[in-house]
Amino acid sequence: MNMSKNREIPPMHPASAVDFLPPAQLRDVQFTRLKDMVQRAFDHVPLFRKRMDGQKLKPSDLRTLDDIVKLPFTVKTDLRDTYPFGLCASPMSEIVRFHASSGTTGKPIVVAYTQEDLNDWTRAVLRSLAACGVHNGDIVQVAYGYGLFTGGLGLHYGAEALGASVIPISGGNTDRQIMLMKDFGVTVVCCTPSYFLHLIDRATEMGINLKELPLRTGVFGAEPWTEDMRERIEAGSDIKAYDIYGLSEIVGPGVAMECVHQSGPHIFEDLFFPEVIDPKTLEPLPDGMEGELVLTTLCKRAMPMLRYRTRDITALEPTRCACGRTLRRIKRIGRRSDDMLIIRGVNLFPSQIEAALLKVEGTLPHYQIIVDRQKDLDTLEVQVEVTADAFSDTVSAMEQMKKRLAHSIEGITGLRPAVKLVAPRTLQRSEGKAKRVIDKRIM
Amino acid sequence: MKIKQLSVFLENKPGTLSAPCRLLAKAGINIQTCSLADTREFGILRLVVEDTDKAKRLLQRNGFAVKVTDVIALEVADEPGGLAAILDALEGTGINVEYAYSLTGRTKNGHALLLFRFSDPNAALQVLKERNINTVGSEELSRRLKG
Repeated sequence: MNMSKNREIPPMHPASAVDFLPPAQLRDVQFTRLKDMVQRAFDHVPLFRKRMDGQKLKPSDLRTLDDIVKLPFTVKTDLRDTYPFGLCASPMSEIVRFHASSGTTGKPIVVAYTQEDLNDWTRAVLRSLAACGVHNGDIVQVAYGYGLFTGGLGLHYGAEALGASVIPISGGNTDRQIMLMKDFGVTVVCCTPSYFLHLIDRATEMGINLKELPLRTGVFGAEPWTEDMRERIEAGSDIKAYDIYGLSEIVGPGVAMECVHQSGPHIFEDLFFPEVIDPKTLEPLPDGMEGELVLTTLCKRAMPMLRYRTRDITALEPTRCACGRTLRRIKRIGRRSDDMLIIRGVNLFPSQIEAALLKVEGTLPHYQIIVDRQKDLDTLEVQVEVTADAFSDTVSAMEQMKKRLAHSIEGITGLRPAVKLVAPRTLQRSEGKAKRVIDKRIM
Repeated sequence: MKIKQLSVFLENKPGTLSAPCRLLAKAGINIQTCSLADTREFGILRLVVEDTDKAKRLLQRNGFAVKVTDVIALEVADEPGGLAAILDALEGTGINVEYAYSLTGRTKNGHALLLFRFSDPNAALQVLKERNINTVGSEELSRRLKG
């Protein structure tokens, strides 16, 4: 087997042509689809009708695409409150699939798909993979979880439709993942970025150098990650790491995807209409301004979503990408408004801790943030795994490192943390999403 | 002559010390000497073993943070002023003793063996050589420990 990396860029896939629609034409498509979708939502979903009635708004009041701002927002709790099928716009006879996301408080969030919805989704994932150069002939290892989670099956069908050879290995069983990656000559891997970092570590322990395998592309998503993580992934495995964005409430992975220029995910705007709003005033923000991403599904039948508040903090890039796609890009999502912790009145995002740890040389960001409250005072502890690089044989050097870490965190967050060094691989590893924060406070 | 020392990061809680020791035992790797530095939350286990590379690979494969450092084994006269004489030799050189620990037992010629971790092992070797202070290499160390 040829074990070198083949980085030839394939010719454009026909399905990608939509990515390059002239803007005026794209707006026409969006408006036509929006009107149909809103009519269906109004006719078949009691919650949407009630909300529009409350605003004395009829589907026919949408005169232009810009009128989308008149529509009511939808939030995550709406899905929970109408569990399981309350937001379905199609009869069960037309629904062919369910997915669900694990809810932190009891009931999960359920989403439904008609066959047409699945076809649209498959096409969105196909276009996602094609955008970063995946092609027929690639061997694609799908290490997202299969099942109720949208990650595994979403990538699976998209990759198959592209004509790639799919290994549906699902999540977990790291040693076997690495064995197949090597033995099959896998060229593309799909998983969470934190799990891939774990794969790099484990492969090294097993004496396998990912840089020497044919693996050349990583399709990473399902959790926020940073540009620093991208650099570490690429340096540690000699692959190109691409950000795929999606959420099950909208469809799953494939809402947006980075092209070969790696300059932020392009939203498949012909299927999903993006807005960015100020999360406090709920007013729409112009392109370039950072705020909460709001998405409206333009084609979804089984479960249309009107102006869904994603909680993801980003901005729509005001400039056109070098690839020529007319689809707008979102800035990499490093944080969610949900992830924000308020500690002693200070806003803290886990990504800030990560940035602080990375600033201190040689420290890999396997960390956990533990927030507690003692005598009415919030405490912040950051547990950091010691790596071979950062480890020293003298106690004074280790104490120095702790001080540097604490200092760096305080410099970025304004909060003085207790830093605790822990042994390698003792913090909970993500087979799926990384568990970065443990908040023990009882509010 | 420098000797390779392995350091292993351990959390300071019951049971953490036995894991690396068991691994080495299973692989038939003898610990020639060790010392344990502790702080409230973590410890550093320092080991001198016969096959440093093998032990390092084994520990790393099993997820330990491991570091190899050069230490110097010195013969110290087992009598009052034995250690002071060595420290006198280093006086004014700027070389710092980071830590030191002794090997078990004493050698045939009535000397104790001490392991030193100097801030600059090469400079320390130079100074010790000039002062005719005897260092012991790893082969010699093995022989003495067995003999």
